[in-house]
Amino acid sequence: MNPWLQPLPVLPVLLPMMTAAAMLLTRDGQRPVRMALAAVSLALQGVVALLLLAATLEWLPTGWPDGIGVYMLGSWPAPFGIVLVVDRLSALMLGLTALLGTCTWIYATARWDSVGTHFHPLFQLILMGLNGAFLSGDLFNLFVFFEILLTASYGLMLHGSGKQRVSAALHYIGVNLIASFLLLIAIALIYGLTGTLNLADLSLRAQTLYGADRQLFDSAAAILGVAFLIKAAAWPLNFWLPSTYAQACAPVGALFAIMTKVGIYALLRIGSLLLPAGAPAAFGGAWMFPAGIATLAFGTLGMLASIDARRITAYAVITSSGTLFAALGMPGATLTGPALYYLLSSVAALAALFLLLELIERSQPFGADVLAITQEAFETEEADAASLSEQVVGEPLPATLSFLGLSFFTCALIIVGLPPLSGFVAKFSLLSAALRTAEYGAPTLNVWLLVAAMLVSGVACLMALGRSGVRLFWVPEALQIPRLRIREITPILILLSACALLTVRAGPTLDYLDGTAHYLNEPGRYVEAVLGQNSPRLGTTPGPGPAHARGTQP
Amino acid sequence: MEWILALAIGALTGSGVWLLLRPRTFQFIMGLTLLTYAVNLFIFAMGRLRLDAPPVIDPHWADPERYADPLPQALVLTAIVIGFATTALFLVVLLAARGMSDTDHVDGEERRP
Repeated sequence: MNPWLQPLPVLPVLLPMMTAAAMLLTRDGQRPVRMALAAVSLALQGVVALLLLAATLEWLPTGWPDGIGVYMLGSWPAPFGIVLVVDRLSALMLGLTALLGTCTWIYATARWDSVGTHFHPLFQLILMGLNGAFLSGDLFNLFVFFEILLTASYGLMLHGSGKQRVSAALHYIGVNLIASFLLLIAIALIYGLTGTLNLADLSLRAQTLYGADRQLFDSAAAILGVAFLIKAAAWPLNFWLPSTYAQACAPVGALFAIMTKVGIYALLRIGSLLLPAGAPAAFGGAWMFPAGIATLAFGTLGMLASIDARRITAYAVITSSGTLFAALGMPGATLTGPALYYLLSSVAALAALFLLLELIERSQPFGADVLAITQEAFETEEADAASLSEQVVGEPLPATLSFLGLSFFTCALIIVGLPPLSGFVAKFSLLSAALRTAEYGAPTLNVWLLVAAMLVSGVACLMALGRSGVRLFWVPEALQIPRLRIREITPILILLSACALLTVRAGPTLDYLDGTAHYLNEPGRYVEAVLGQNSPRLGTTPGPGPAHARGTQP
Repeated sequence: MEWILALAIGALTGSGVWLLLRPRTFQFIMGLTLLTYAVNLFIFAMGRLRLDAPPVIDPHWADPERYADPLPQALVLTAIVIGFATTALFLVVLLAARGMSDTDHVDGEERRP
């Protein structure tokens, strides 16, 4: 056991928090200082995410049981103190956050960070919220980290201002505030019934409830599920999403691609821990599957009905959420591994598409796209581009256009799920896993419904993206050759190479994710790691066993 | 006492939800505020209602029966702070939207008659 590795799980929260605090000591005008701080913080977060990934695979001498790292804040043992837990799923999501954060940040430094104030501190805070939500070992801190990431996201959503953006942000903030209240009500109810908020402890306590308490607990879990479904954009709770994502400035929209996945992470995590207790309501297949199919249908129709390419991408985010709900709503753990693979691939591709669309818009003859609702933002960009023209890297060659076209094509391939890239591997493994569950006695109707919904939505997505590609690139008027900077191209290339890497290393990745799925199917391992933890620094005996009645309600 | 608290939470929630469904941003934020009160009281009530029971445990007299549950009180403090901050932020956005669109309708435009 290496004592230096023990505080590793707290670093993904601490690093961005300290960076944001340090940034606030500098004036907004001192952009180089803030950028240097952000670069260091992001690099360190990437390293920490990789180390945690290695630790959960037990490649590092951490001495963590089963590769599950438990960090006790204030050294209080598990059900009493606050714990941060890092396991395979958390480490995976942390890695994805670090990758996405780095890419969108590099893109933002090209121009967007100077459009408004305090972009860099808000960016660090949203990363802190995301990392914290993935690490949190109890419900209340999950809520707190959700609030941190949402509050930072409100600021980023408004970044760049403009009437359309403020109007979309108003809806976004309103809906999310209501969702937060639902979350609080559910958390309070669960605490009132079980006397604990620690997820591991809750998993044990929930099994001992019966009668009226059980019904009340089920309703609390349903409210909790509804709150997470709002965040994860399940139909009919997702009408806030399209305009929010389409109106946010490009790097923010790209970062938001992971925001809905936080809701899915929370559903997956809590669903997995409540599974032996008979996962109630929204966490089980009975609700999640139909919600997924409905979301998939809604996203598909939305994609077909949209004209603006950004709105199409926003609906693609909904479709991706719907696919994940439907896949996770299938019985057993067979689909969880491929679903996680799909999550990785779709987040990277959607983020790349959000970034790309802004670059493509620059190639459009000004005013040609009268239906584009982002005209206001577009106008300011043009002015910026002119003033920064001396910093432009490379001559405006048609090479930039072919780069844009090829990247758009690649993104579309991944999102639609056509071979040869990761989108195809993801959808193929999802479908084959779905067909395999039929052998284990899953309802055949559901299997075929899922297969049909995914294929139809794939075709619709192909039509929508193909149509917008034709409209964007094959226009009769001469396209302006846009000036792109290295900092704008690099993140798109990184995200697309990540997808390519996922394709090439599909075997090992799917093995890892299947391992994660099996691990999630055995919540006992998580509970054991969290509650069986005694504090090495205090040298205390292991905490009281879960069977003991502790802190009973009067 | 349970009845009074339950009625208070119910009345606050009901009025809050009613106001949330109104089309004006000011009514919306009032609804949010009322809902915050309701939620905070609800969290507090989940620690069970106890009279004359301190939440801080005296080490010489550590019988849990004699104390109120301190955890919901800590939770409610956090919830109050977060609710206050987010409502304040919403207020700023509300004013910005009002200034930009010259209307206090939540959609940023008046419905045509």
